[in-house]
Amino acid sequence: MWVSRRWLLRKVVRFSSSSAALFVLLLSIILSASRPANALPAFARKYGLRCSACHESWPMLNYFGQKFKDNGYQLMNDRDSPVWQNPSYWPVTFRITPIWHRLSTNENVDVYSTVNGVSTVTGNSIQRITSTGFDLSGLDFHTGGTLNKNVSFYVLPSSDPTGAFHFEQVFGRLDNVLGSSWLNIKLGRFELDNLLSEKRILTLTGNGGVYQTYHFIPVGDANIFGQIGDNQFGLEYMGHSADDRTRISASLLSSNDGNVGLTLGANSYNGFFAGSQAFDAGKLGVQRLGFYVMAGEAATYYRTSGGIPIPGSGIDNKGFSREGFVGQFYLGQHFDLQVVTQHGSDSAWFGQGYGNAVATDGNGGTTCVGNPGTNGCPVDNTPGTTLPSNARNPTWNGATFEAHYVYSPQLIFIGRYEFERVSQQATVGTASNLGNIDNYVIGFRYNPFMTSRAGWAYHNEFNVFKQTGTGPVNPATGLPTNLTVSELLLGFDFDF
Amino acid sequence: MGKKLGKWSLWVGVAAFFALPLTSWAQLTVEDLHKTLDTTQAHVGNLTGHAKDGAAAYRRYCVGCHGELGDGNGENAEWMEPPLFPKPRNFQLGVFKCRSTPSGTLPLDSDLYDSIGRGFDRSMMPPWNTLTNQEKVDLVAWVKHFSPRWAGEKPGDAIKIPDEPAVTPERIKAGREVFAKVQCWKCHGVTGQANGPSASTLTDDLGRPIAPFNFTEGARPKCGSTDRDIYRIFMTGLDGTPMPSYADIIKPDEGWNLVFYLRTLMSQKSVEKEMAKKLDLKPVDPNAPPPAAQ
Repeated sequence: MWVSRRWLLRKVVRFSSSSAALFVLLLSIILSASRPANALPAFARKYGLRCSACHESWPMLNYFGQKFKDNGYQLMNDRDSPVWQNPSYWPVTFRITPIWHRLSTNENVDVYSTVNGVSTVTGNSIQRITSTGFDLSGLDFHTGGTLNKNVSFYVLPSSDPTGAFHFEQVFGRLDNVLGSSWLNIKLGRFELDNLLSEKRILTLTGNGGVYQTYHFIPVGDANIFGQIGDNQFGLEYMGHSADDRTRISASLLSSNDGNVGLTLGANSYNGFFAGSQAFDAGKLGVQRLGFYVMAGEAATYYRTSGGIPIPGSGIDNKGFSREGFVGQFYLGQHFDLQVVTQHGSDSAWFGQGYGNAVATDGNGGTTCVGNPGTNGCPVDNTPGTTLPSNARNPTWNGATFEAHYVYSPQLIFIGRYEFERVSQQATVGTASNLGNIDNYVIGFRYNPFMTSRAGWAYHNEFNVFKQTGTGPVNPATGLPTNLTVSELLLGFDFDF
Repeated sequence: MGKKLGKWSLWVGVAAFFALPLTSWAQLTVEDLHKTLDTTQAHVGNLTGHAKDGAAAYRRYCVGCHGELGDGNGENAEWMEPPLFPKPRNFQLGVFKCRSTPSGTLPLDSDLYDSIGRGFDRSMMPPWNTLTNQEKVDLVAWVKHFSPRWAGEKPGDAIKIPDEPAVTPERIKAGREVFAKVQCWKCHGVTGQANGPSASTLTDDLGRPIAPFNFTEGARPKCGSTDRDIYRIFMTGLDGTPMPSYADIIKPDEGWNLVFYLRTLMSQKSVEKEMAKKLDLKPVDPNAPPPAAQ
């Protein structure tokens, strides 16, 4: 017994000292590496600015980067047109993220019993399924810049983790029309004017790599069109002051959640409006307060042929809205807090599962196969349909809090908490907390180098996602449990 | 022979071993530059900037071009090819184009502050107007700490700019006379297109090619685009460039006349341009005898 204790002690001491040594080594590598961070490829090659000039930490923009973007990817130095560039210059950047991934979630697992060599399912139980492995979170080809002075573009073909490609962004923009920074027009498929950009998010996991507040839909609701995090098709007006302290934008969007081919509503649109004002708060930095509103309508009835919805035939539009406040608060040179709130409301028709009867998800999701109401497809609001008497508009409130500690442009620590709370369920009698979400993310990104030709980040992230009542059904009670998903991701995020 | 060579190699090696550290003495190091870090300040309005507080912003926004040592040799500097893209400023020299002070003197803190916020057209220096006022004044202090000039010299006094008179056709015509008299056209061209006979030969004080300002292409003048800014530019000159100060040659009132005439050359719409059109004002004749001799 004494021997084994000593052995154990020695083992613990050895492990502790080697772990401590490894920790100190890693920390010293991280903190002592002070090589300069340079600009990233597409625009860095053109302008020679360091990445830190535009990015809080790549890809998240800082105020200067936001102004650069608002100017149509122009420094406004009278040298923005490509005619001033070396002819060999082409504004393209490849981004890819190979990772190691651990995913853990609760599932309803069949329980087998074997009698006389024959296995049969005798029941089920809720178990934790944990998978680990090497993975790839996608591949992006970014190309953007100016076609001429005050004419800019962006094209972003992107693959999902399966390698299937789609166009994330494709737009052309007329900048500073009539010489005014208050008149910029964009046409195409683009990210909405969200100050806290989901497309420049610093995290990569399934639930942590998106902002829940930007995509929340109550359980059973079939309105996919109000997701402000998804790139949308439309026309955007944007205006800003010369120093970008004041920003406004208004977009007219098709209610198709970014789908191509006019497959959805025959005539359904929505609008997205955003405005913000920044203030100089001395040594604290620049503070920004803003708002956004997304409001419009989308089809609930797709005319059918042989019972199958006809693409592009959606009518009987119903309304929806999302609105909230945005805050960007800086506390000195290293710490900032970004806040987005949302109040959402959908028509009772959406709440009862009417809506997009053609495609379940327009942004890389699967197309609905089968008749409405079958195979998980949304139901179709065919003539004569009436709402149940206990149906009402689902409403909810949510918020995202994301904090950053920027040790240097090369090392950033990220912490995020999000909550979504349904304030009124679509059907009277539904559990009031069904579908509520709590989401936690922590992580850091360290760029040992970022040259004007390439960038490389070690990316480490942990995410816990909880949703009330959407987990597997408890066999003992017959009631759905709470869903809990945790995800650990370690990997590289590089571009060139 | 082989033995001798070996002996020589040994001595050369020993000499090099001792000489190498000596060479580094001759070079300015970060430590040398940072000697004045704690004491260098800048004052603009009610704001006081401290050099050490400007370090983080400098490293985030400026160091890629201006370099760790402020010598204008950041890693991107070598890709900037003058005159199309001027090289970044060498702060160690303490010589600045945009000043409100007489030629050869140090600029005011507010001059550097304005330069940071305004940026320089036709260069890789954008307007850093998204920074806070405090960040800009801290950066001014940081920029100052690179040059020993600030330790031993005081900035010059801002030149006096008289109130701007009302623009008249007579003043525009008089301004054309000034343009001819001081031979602005030699560099800027008779139509202001930066195609004067000397334009292609111009170099800055460091021997790099430099282009005169083209009034016609719609760009902003480097040191500001208001009438007062333009007046200030030719009265103070742009130190380090072939653009001299004309404060001794052009009288204050003539200065305003020249500003009005220069407006007629610019592509932007202006009252002066309208008046020049009505006057049917022709470009100056480089072969005409100097006005004084007429």
